[in-house]
Amino acid sequence: MRIVEKSQLMSAAEIDRTVQRLAHEIAEKSGGTKNLGLIGIRRRGVPLAQRIALAMRGMEGVEVPVGTLDITLYRDDLSKVAAQPVLHSSEIPFGVDDKDLILVDDVLYTGRTVRAAINGLFDLGRPQRVRLCVLVDRGHRELPIEASFVGRRVQTSGTEIIEVRLNEIDHEERVMLVELV
Amino acid sequence: MLRIRNGRVIDPSSGTDAPRDIWLDGDRIVRLAPPGGGGESDRAPGGTREETLDAGGLIVAPGFIDLHCHLREPGIENSETIETGTRAAARGGFTAVCPMPNTRPVNDSASVTRGILERAAASASTRVWPIGAASAGSRGESLAEIAAMQQAGIVAVSDDGKPIATARLLRQVMDYCRSLDLPVIDHCEDASLFAGNSMREGRQSVRLGVAGMPAATESIAVARDIQIAELTGCRFHVAHLSARASLEAVRAAKKRGLRVSCEVTPHHFTLTDEDVAYDTHYKMNPPLGSAEDRAALVEGLADGTVDAIATDHAPHEPASKEVEFDRAPFGITGFETALALALELVHAGKLPLMRMVELFTTGPARVLGRERRIAEGQPADLTLFSTDHAWTFRAADSASKSRNTPFDGRAFRGAPMATIVAGRVVFRRDA
Amino acid sequence: MPERLRHLLSIEPLTAAQINFVLDEAKPFQEFQRYPLKKLATLRGKSVALAFFEASTRTRISFATAAARLGADTINLQAESSSLKKGESLLDTARTLDAMKPDCIVMRHGSSGACQFVAQHLDIPVINAGDGSHEHPTQALLDALTLRDRLGTLDKLRITILGDILHSRVARSNLHLLGKFGCCFTLCGPAMWLPREFETMAPLGGAVRLTSRVDEALDGADAVIVLRVQEERMHEPALPLNEYILLYQLTPERLRRAKPGALVLHPGPMIRGLEIDPAVADGPQSCVLDQVTNGLAVRMALLFILLGGGSESDFLRGLSAKTEGGPAPVPGKGSKHVAD
Repeated sequence: MRIVEKSQLMSAAEIDRTVQRLAHEIAEKSGGTKNLGLIGIRRRGVPLAQRIALAMRGMEGVEVPVGTLDITLYRDDLSKVAAQPVLHSSEIPFGVDDKDLILVDDVLYTGRTVRAAINGLFDLGRPQRVRLCVLVDRGHRELPIEASFVGRRVQTSGTEIIEVRLNEIDHEERVMLVELV
Repeated sequence: MLRIRNGRVIDPSSGTDAPRDIWLDGDRIVRLAPPGGGGESDRAPGGTREETLDAGGLIVAPGFIDLHCHLREPGIENSETIETGTRAAARGGFTAVCPMPNTRPVNDSASVTRGILERAAASASTRVWPIGAASAGSRGESLAEIAAMQQAGIVAVSDDGKPIATARLLRQVMDYCRSLDLPVIDHCEDASLFAGNSMREGRQSVRLGVAGMPAATESIAVARDIQIAELTGCRFHVAHLSARASLEAVRAAKKRGLRVSCEVTPHHFTLTDEDVAYDTHYKMNPPLGSAEDRAALVEGLADGTVDAIATDHAPHEPASKEVEFDRAPFGITGFETALALALELVHAGKLPLMRMVELFTTGPARVLGRERRIAEGQPADLTLFSTDHAWTFRAADSASKSRNTPFDGRAFRGAPMATIVAGRVVFRRDA
Repeated sequence: MPERLRHLLSIEPLTAAQINFVLDEAKPFQEFQRYPLKKLATLRGKSVALAFFEASTRTRISFATAAARLGADTINLQAESSSLKKGESLLDTARTLDAMKPDCIVMRHGSSGACQFVAQHLDIPVINAGDGSHEHPTQALLDALTLRDRLGTLDKLRITILGDILHSRVARSNLHLLGKFGCCFTLCGPAMWLPREFETMAPLGGAVRLTSRVDEALDGADAVIVLRVQEERMHEPALPLNEYILLYQLTPERLRRAKPGALVLHPGPMIRGLEIDPAVADGPQSCVLDQVTNGLAVRMALLFILLGGGSESDFLRGLSAKTEGGPAPVPGKGSKHVAD
């Protein structure tokens, strides 16, 4: 099986503009940022959440705290994920109770990751509200889950994959549409 | 009339190592001669019909004797019977075996001895020369009916399974047996050091967390027994000797002219305690010794300090060995692998072939005060073996009822090819 | 990714990489013990058989709690009330348990090698919770996690193990584990429980020194592991307890010979006033409570590692099925789904 790149969906500049726009939208639609918290879903949701927090500090002058969430323990498909799954810590340096939380991830697809993330959050406490922000929504939902904040909507087929590369993790910056052949 | 043709006769009693044809008539050897030409024209003495067994490429030795084995009958027939045990012995090249008395009931009286001999006459593939108990029930309290058993047919006494319990009792047994001219065989072991432990004490036992017994467990008892043998003048034989210190004591005793002898099992000259890793097929008593012990035993086999190779064939039904290591009974089978394991030493240059044959024939015979040789008039007991037949031992194919062996799947070079007891071919290997 | 663990029978054959993997996987579970809701669904539907043929409260409870917090069920076998008393063999007992199709067996037994014996006959993972005098792998792992957390590293530590070394599975497992990190050891106890063969037990480690004198044994130690007197494992007459206290009890005075701040570990249960002075047991250097918490984290990590993933074929099937967003699962590329 090999990967074939079909097209580039977003360049580095486009990613940055999108992140800025998402930060604005979140600020606008949150009726105040005092109670906000950003939770990046490991792995690539984390740098995205951090960038959004940075953007909000830049434009609004507000400090929104950022936490990271590892959902490995909450997945429903562990046996298909890895023969020997690797765990990482979740680090949420603020209380979750009564908070207005934004889950941040790179790609929204079947919705299962987000379902697991919600379970994980609720093990930590009782948030006031949880909304979802994603860079790319590629459709094909298998659960009733929607994002409140979406960077790009892309139509994809079952054999296609959205590949997000971010500097913090991949040392390059772009979003591609690839196919498994 | 059976003619063994083209064999290479190795007979330690005369030092013969030469090609010879042998004629057997009934249960006796009647003639030996250098290999003739002819065949049809070479008529047997007396002109009777002659069968031929081609021993081309094989060694023909006097029939092997196993001084130490357990046939489990009477009483423990689940693991072996005289019939199945001797069949396995025949496949190992043995023509005579000496079963130890720890049956149920213990062989401590003439009637049990006679019972064993009757079963043997009816079903055994080899000669059976029973060893009688030294003490009643082998309980270590009072003498067994040794003279009555001797008349019934025992060849030695022992309480094997256990040591003869006290120095005092051993002295009585030895005094008595000297007067009867019977050898005393002791399972040499200090009971308090044995303490039910499962393997040799050493690096491996510490690593495995298994309670071990030091070599002194055996050598202390060997030293004690030698002194009592000297005191009484009795013929004394150390069963399954396993430690260097024990061997040195025997060597010193022989040097002083005492009538002390000893035997070593194939597993003790092949394996060490490092081979133990909770597999109960490596659990026996005395336990596998250290590498130094093994090296000393091999030296002793070669230099004559050791008189005999004996198997201590100890069958146990599979379920009884499929338990935690420290709960498993002691013992492994051994008839069918003994010769092949001894040949490993020969192939490695550590044991001359003639000496090896001695350890299976004249050596054990001498311990019992008998002869074992290939000569006119002698019993027609012969062991034919190959020194290079390639084969793999499979426990599942053993003639024994039991499967408790560490050698399952071991590839060998050399094997018993035919066994003749009292003129009858009791075993023939399909090539 | 270190070689996959299937059973956990002993520490001896593991690599340092495998041990580090387990300790790293335990870290999230350490934090988990602080969550208000200590219940995951990760191992929901899986069952863990607890076959304890030897009395144990602490270890059994620790494994049972670990399983429960991961959402698994437990099947409990306790020796006292078991059919073993009626003469059933270990193998039959194990096969009976196996027929109930648990996903793994956690086993403690009084015979060295018993867990390996059972693992040879069954198809499911076996976790050794202590076999005779042989090994107690999870104890060594939780001890290592405790040492690593408090001292920052496991490399080249100076470890003193004090007590009945000969009969101790804890001593053996710790020697094997810490030996892989180059630690050096001083083993101290009464001479008849200190066979010379221990000198070669940690081939990758530093020196193993044996001494019967407790004061010199503690000099310069980074940590002391205090053992219990294992009367149940002795054949021979035990040392009179007063002798043991006189010569080997870990008192505050003796502890001062170790490095300042040296850690005191004990596998438990402690007998205060016998092998350990209560002031030391309750003092600032004592890690016994951390050990208990870490035991839970380590055991959760182990159950997760052995039961949480799937087979290699499940994984490959998952690869070719629809994959959840993000980068493709190319071998060598970090994907969201494969070992990040």
